[in-house]
Amino acid sequence: MIANFDFDVIRRSLGYLFLDGMTFTLMLTGLATFGGIIWGTLIAMMRLSGVWVLSRIAQLYVDLMRSLPLVLVIFWFYFLVPYIGQWLTGASRPIRVGAFESSLLTFTLFEAAYYAEIMRAGIQSISKGQPAAASALGLTYWQTMRYVVLPQAFRNMLPVLLTQTIVLFQDTSLVYVLSITDFLGAASKVAQRDGRLVEMYLFAALVYFVISSIASFGVRRLQARIAIVR
Amino acid sequence: MRRVSGMGLAVVVAWFAAQAPLGEAPARADELSGTLKKIRETGSIALGFRDSSIPFSYLDNNQKPIGYALDICYAVVDAVKKELKLDKLAVELVPVSSSTRIPLLANGTIDLECGSTTNNPERQRQVAFGHTHFLTATRFISKKTNRLDTIEDLRGKPVVATSGTSNIKQLIETNAARHLGINVIHAKDHAEAFLMVENDRAVAFVMDDILLAAFAVGSKNPDAYVISSDSFSKPEPCGIMLRRDDPAFKKVVDEATSALYRSPEGPKLYDKWFMQKIPPRGLDLNVPMGAELKHEFANPSDSSDPDAYKVM
Amino acid sequence: MNYHWNWHIFFEPSPNGTGTYLDMLLSGLMVTIVTSLAAWVIALATGAIVGVMRTLPSKVANFFGFCYVEFFRNMPLLVQLFLWFFVLPELLPHAWGLWLKQLPNAPFYTAAIGTGLFMSARVAEQTRAGINSLPRGQKMAATALGLRTAQVYRYVLLPISFRIILPPLTSEFLSTIKNTSVALTIGLIELTAEARAMQEFSFQVFEAFTAATVLYLLINIVVVIAMHFVERRVAIPGYISGK
Repeated sequence: MIANFDFDVIRRSLGYLFLDGMTFTLMLTGLATFGGIIWGTLIAMMRLSGVWVLSRIAQLYVDLMRSLPLVLVIFWFYFLVPYIGQWLTGASRPIRVGAFESSLLTFTLFEAAYYAEIMRAGIQSISKGQPAAASALGLTYWQTMRYVVLPQAFRNMLPVLLTQTIVLFQDTSLVYVLSITDFLGAASKVAQRDGRLVEMYLFAALVYFVISSIASFGVRRLQARIAIVR
Repeated sequence: MRRVSGMGLAVVVAWFAAQAPLGEAPARADELSGTLKKIRETGSIALGFRDSSIPFSYLDNNQKPIGYALDICYAVVDAVKKELKLDKLAVELVPVSSSTRIPLLANGTIDLECGSTTNNPERQRQVAFGHTHFLTATRFISKKTNRLDTIEDLRGKPVVATSGTSNIKQLIETNAARHLGINVIHAKDHAEAFLMVENDRAVAFVMDDILLAAFAVGSKNPDAYVISSDSFSKPEPCGIMLRRDDPAFKKVVDEATSALYRSPEGPKLYDKWFMQKIPPRGLDLNVPMGAELKHEFANPSDSSDPDAYKVM
Repeated sequence: MNYHWNWHIFFEPSPNGTGTYLDMLLSGLMVTIVTSLAAWVIALATGAIVGVMRTLPSKVANFFGFCYVEFFRNMPLLVQLFLWFFVLPELLPHAWGLWLKQLPNAPFYTAAIGTGLFMSARVAEQTRAGINSLPRGQKMAATALGLRTAQVYRYVLLPISFRIILPPLTSEFLSTIKNTSVALTIGLIELTAEARAMQEFSFQVFEAFTAATVLYLLINIVVVIAMHFVERRVAIPGYISGK
């Protein structure tokens, strides 16, 4: 049984798996986290702005994104983004958007809805007296946010934000449905070419497991440290 | 706990509806130079390739896309370069699957699809094709031990096909018309579909016979497989896919492909991929050029009608 | 620009000969609903057990629960489905593997169990949080009344903690519905897969995905309203959820 397996296929494709596949996955995770937190924070601020229109738009955005399966959203964006680009720039034809850029935009906009809910909780966890005191000191809304509210909200929510990033890291595997070469895509391409599904999928599972486990262990440590300081 | 507002969602739906006319911008005059204009402005052309359409478009050992259709596309790229008088033209290679190729072509992510896409009237309404580079009928492959040869033999069995292909559509239609009760399994790409037969998840894989032949030759045990004599279709033309309503670009593609086919390079290119050892494992398909394709190479055509390729 | 809108496409016959494209999408919707419900039953049952284990005094039970949650939480769902679908049958004795592979609805069973187990790790975490949020006095009082551990959980801790975690469980159920779409990669023809198939056959990409989007939104609204109703029914006066 086990003798039929050829685990050497993993060694032979390591370069492709990590240099091509994992680089794509990690770049996508990193940049989408960065973009998602910024965009998500803006959405959360809109939601809490007290301006009816802004807060409704923000809520709609979050509800819409959170109601849809990521797979569907990935399809939507890969096919739609070039047309949106055309519409925005007024070009005469759809804008060509590469697989990476398209995935990045998809994950940034999608995960922002989740980051927004986290940041909203973070902002709401700051006692009302703080912004009141800030504005009494003459700080504008943006200054209050920039120097008083957001740094604390971000700090309080850091473990939750990082946990969401681990989820994002795992979610990036879904670009598989578009035949894009992320880590899982690379593994499946080798698996299918050489007929080595068992070996490659077990290896892919192991890699995802190790990375996610180490990351979540790190997050727990961080959480414990933050909890003590507070 | 999150609350979904019914009103708000109605607004979203309305927003989508309002966006609908976005696609219906009136055609503008400068669109005539569509793809060519775009290639000149961006200095690059994007080719869509497939993971496992051996020998048309697939990945070699270094995961680099190669194949018969890619070589034809590179001939087109050279012609585009000449036409636009460019010194340098960057070629971007984009992986596509049967199910993503048409939307990605339409939305400008790729400019040419280099594979073995069947040229049929339904697709002609969405996209255009370069001159036919191969003719292939839809058949199925199965393990010899299962003793399956006719379509009728598949009755009530699990059969796999690649989603987004004309083959799966023919399978589904035949299944419905003849009440075969086949359990149709959708695979993402050809390699996955063939693996399902190899692993006994499906008894047969319905696909272009040439691709089936390549999978059989490339499998761990080539003698174990047999391709059906019964077919789901006549030999249908395959071509390089490009956007519709782009006469200037179509002209360049047509001229490049017909020049290639008529030159001595055409048959040589055919031999390279169908009669000689090909990467990654040095397999030899050994499929000589049929009379229809010889005729087609002498008189290139982009017709979607299988009967147009009949040799009298 | 060469995208041709055609909203009438939904009423045109689909290639499978059983009706229109709209029927195709609705049958996908049914598959999504049935798969999600099956997955949810599995997630709730196993999740509740594992969650309880993590609150038990036994170190062994605790450790098992911890490993279980870590195992299912630290791999992407897509990879887990691949493991169940492609890898498991090859690791079993040949005859068993063959039987598994030739099950008529293999993608459905794999999707229901795979998604169910994936979600059960989250349900377990919610259950644990719910039980831990109860004042220690509850457990002590129940023990003082002479209840055995099983009885303490059955009659005191679980009924209250499940009411407390009802709102997060609703979110997890919605996630389950969304997650069943991942199973299109193993050949489950659910709503997203039907939308994709419709796109492939009719070439009307955006109509197909718009319809799927609307259907997902409808499912969400129905679930949220239904759960709101359930929450009100089971609320305990004096607790956060009861008003």
